[in-house]
Amino acid sequence: MIQPLPSDLITVNVDGKDIAVPKGTNMIEAARLASVEVPHYCYHPKLTISGNCRMCLVEMGLPAVDPATKAPLMDPATGKQKINWMPRPTIACATNASPGLHIRTNTAAVQDCRNSVTEFLLINHPLDCPICDQAGECKLQEHSTAYGRGYSRFVEQKNVKPKRTQLGPRVTLDDERCILCSRCVRFSKEVAQDDVLGFIDRGSYSTLTCYPGKQLANNYSLNTVDLCPVGALTSTDFRFKMRVWFLKQTPSIDCESSVGANTEVWSREGVIYRITPRQNDAVNDTWMADSGRVLYKAVQAADRLSRASLNGVPTTQEKALQAAVDLLSGRGGRVAAGSVNGVAVVGSGSSTVEEQFLTRKIADKLKAPVALVSRVDTGDKILVSADRNPNTRGALVTGLICALPEQKLSALSAAIEAGQVQVILSIGEDLIAAGLTAAQLAKVAVIYLGTHQNATSTVAQVVIPTLTVFEKAGTLVNQQFRLQKFVRAVPGLGGVSDDLVSLSHLLNALGGSTLGSTLGALWPVIAAEVKVLAHTTYDTLPSTGLLLDSATWAGLPFIEGETLHFKPVTAVGVKS
Amino acid sequence: MNLQPTTLQKIDEVITHYPVKRSATLPLLHLVQEDLGWISPEAMEWIAAKLELQPINIYEVVTFYPMFRQKPIGRRHIKVCRTLSCALTGGYKVCAEFQKQFGSQPGAVSADGEVTIDFVECLASCGTGPVVMIDDDLHVKVDLARAQQLSAQIKAGAKARSTP
Ligand code: SF4
Ligand code: FES
Ligand code: FES
Repeated sequence: MIQPLPSDLITVNVDGKDIAVPKGTNMIEAARLASVEVPHYCYHPKLTISGNCRMCLVEMGLPAVDPATKAPLMDPATGKQKINWMPRPTIACATNASPGLHIRTNTAAVQDCRNSVTEFLLINHPLDCPICDQAGECKLQEHSTAYGRGYSRFVEQKNVKPKRTQLGPRVTLDDERCILCSRCVRFSKEVAQDDVLGFIDRGSYSTLTCYPGKQLANNYSLNTVDLCPVGALTSTDFRFKMRVWFLKQTPSIDCESSVGANTEVWSREGVIYRITPRQNDAVNDTWMADSGRVLYKAVQAADRLSRASLNGVPTTQEKALQAAVDLLSGRGGRVAAGSVNGVAVVGSGSSTVEEQFLTRKIADKLKAPVALVSRVDTGDKILVSADRNPNTRGALVTGLICALPEQKLSALSAAIEAGQVQVILSIGEDLIAAGLTAAQLAKVAVIYLGTHQNATSTVAQVVIPTLTVFEKAGTLVNQQFRLQKFVRAVPGLGGVSDDLVSLSHLLNALGGSTLGSTLGALWPVIAAEVKVLAHTTYDTLPSTGLLLDSATWAGLPFIEGETLHFKPVTAVGVKS
Repeated sequence: MNLQPTTLQKIDEVITHYPVKRSATLPLLHLVQEDLGWISPEAMEWIAAKLELQPINIYEVVTFYPMFRQKPIGRRHIKVCRTLSCALTGGYKVCAEFQKQFGSQPGAVSADGEVTIDFVECLASCGTGPVVMIDDDLHVKVDLARAQQLSAQIKAGAKARSTP
């Protein structure tokens, strides 16, 4: 007996197979659920339907009913309800599944449609795949392999169109390759809210362009490069740099704000070439901001800290760590032995959950107060939030802090002025940028763990270099309290130890228990100690993240406004 | 935008005919072209603002239809048919005659700003070629003599206007 379906599911038939799909699913998605691919160009699951490429043509049939009585018409030969097949093919993207819908994708007629659409798309196509950045990830190339005829019947002159239009600061357009699918036009209007792209002229002269004097300059422009099914829209940064099939993909997280957009880092032989969005329907859909795509440039930046140093003189990692331990335990440095009466820890909302956990342990050992640097800017209401720390929530979850960070490190600043602090341990934060003055820093000894040179690293007594997010692995908690993991994309800079190694060395040397310096060793400890992370491990964390129970922090006045898939909850008892 | 008060009135009126403002794009373009003779970038931006659209939305429409002019045009618009029936009955010669009369090339404004000659596709009076349209008036069976006559009329009109 056929089980009655949950009310929002309907049965459709794809190539002879019955399958239950949610109501309102279009035929492309219904076929996908039946593991049948319907080739398409203009359809994009996150954009409105335009139905202009015609690649998705399929045959469609509906159960036959008697026109007068509406009684099902049965086929005596099979004993099943007859199917009325439409005489013409239908575009699958613009037709939603209805109960009993039949779809045929494997008939000669459908094959013929695909072949013809492909032939038409190729008549004016420049066929410059050997020098095209999209080669290897091009839908036109893939479908031409499957549905192309292999040789051209087109003897006429091909159209000539602009080959390298600068649509904006980051996007270069090759108009000859454009198949006029309008994905980029719809994206700009619907997602980026910046309606600048359009087609001018018509027929085979149609040309994608911006209105004269305008530019595709919004902070989401590079998403058009991702969603362009062909090589028409290219990233000016990535253009002609690398064949995509040589690149290794590593799942990562965009660290520019607390949105935590999921990303893919593309590297070859330890060098990163580009960052693209990774689909996460609960966080960033299939998009990310342009500003997050250039962050990899920090890895090879000229001001990268590559060696440990002691009072400005390069030294070994071991000596630097030892000097740090001495300072922190009051045995060394410029204050007389034993006279240290104050250590302060400045933690970071950019550190990973694991690093924050270790930082907390170190602070506990030293009985030191912990400050976190707040990084606030305006959010763009799409995928960059007002909190530019990617992991403020992680600091709350690990107990590194229990209130949101205050502006300008004011408490620490007052403590220095009052002579209560002699040593500051800064985990990756530039204290001067964060609000302390050079005069204040001159009064204390600074131990700086960080990736790049800055005003603090130049005055710090001890500098210990650390790794960028691309060179290490870990987890972050985004604004939704979603724990998300990222994986190491490229090996760390030569001679630089992993942050966790340095931190756990400090902890051990200060007399803390040995917690381990790898994710595998640390997570059981974290899961045992942090209630909302109980039973979590790094390895089993789903690629789309894990939503944590945030009830404990519900009353805090978080600063984020609304972004894609995020609505701030007005804190209870907090009046605005 | 230097539109006549009556044009502005018609524009405001026609917008009310549609459930969404965007639908008034074509009527507005026609009204503006009737008034100014062509659609300038300024006009596209003005219409976009009027209909709460972006200029690119208007630009797309203007470039789609060949009869929207993106360049200024002479005071009189002479369209000579070039399609088969008229071509067979001497349309090419007629066009050349108009060009000689006003010393201008097809598509360009004559030096005195008086006319623009366009060599266009079928004007839908194929049995009576060669066919010429001057502004909104259709002239059939235009031979060389008739072309000279029509040119003389246009020139006379221009003179009358310049000598008050
Ligand atoms: S540039 Fe690419 S995305 Fe935009 S219309 Fe052309 S093929 Fe489609
Ligand atoms: S995907 Fe259906 S018409 Fe383009
Ligand atoms: S061919 Fe000249 S009017 Fe039709």
